[in-house]
Amino acid sequence: MSLQNKKIVALFLSLLVLASVAVADVKVGSPFPDLRTFNLEGTLPDTAGRVVLVDFWATWCAPCKASFPAYSAMQKELADRGFTIIGVSVDKKPEEYAAFLKKFAPGFVTVRDGAQKFVATVKVPGMPTCYLIDRKGVLREIHQGFHGDATAKELREKVQKLLEEQP
Amino acid sequence: MIRAIRFSLCMSFGAVGLFLSGCTTVHPWERAALADYSMRPDRDPLGTAMTEHIYFSREASSGGRGVGGSGCGCN
Repeated sequence: MSLQNKKIVALFLSLLVLASVAVADVKVGSPFPDLRTFNLEGTLPDTAGRVVLVDFWATWCAPCKASFPAYSAMQKELADRGFTIIGVSVDKKPEEYAAFLKKFAPGFVTVRDGAQKFVATVKVPGMPTCYLIDRKGVLREIHQGFHGDATAKELREKVQKLLEEQP
Repeated sequence: MIRAIRFSLCMSFGAVGLFLSGCTTVHPWERAALADYSMRPDRDPLGTAMTEHIYFSREASSGGRGVGGSGCGCN
């Protein structure tokens, strides 16, 4: 292979590498993106100094529905200690989102990412996926899927551990 | 020189083919499209019955059409 051809191949491979790096997702140990910058539909609570669980869900996702009672109970039990759950729906259709909320009435704040910009930034690996953020706004845990009581117990333990940390 | 041009053209066509191909990744948050009613193979009962009949007549067997999951790929 001539030198010129080698240069072309190197350029081609560099472009491929750059394309993959440009869409990097969020990492554990890094600050979680500010939800207020994504123009989400709904009212976001004040999360300063609180442990936050951001849960990505959708009306068409059965395990997401299954997780709602457990999250509602967790929110009710731990809210006074500084814990907030924010459910982020990725539904594009507002009517389906509204009907779902009316039917299931979750006991925590939910917002809708209709444009799917936030979820595309975070690049969730599957539905549902929740992100556990400490009092300083640093992402501490990513949990994919919901497997009933086992997941609820695991998350509760991790949340309580974060709540015990000093701000 | 001609070989270099030919090589460059091949690489260019390859790159164009790669980036403009019809294949795309359905992200997890886009799977509403896969879970939609219109994606269900059994949404037309008459069509399904006809297909089953043809399959049975040809293969002397039936069934085996059921799959697990809802299409959304959750969990």
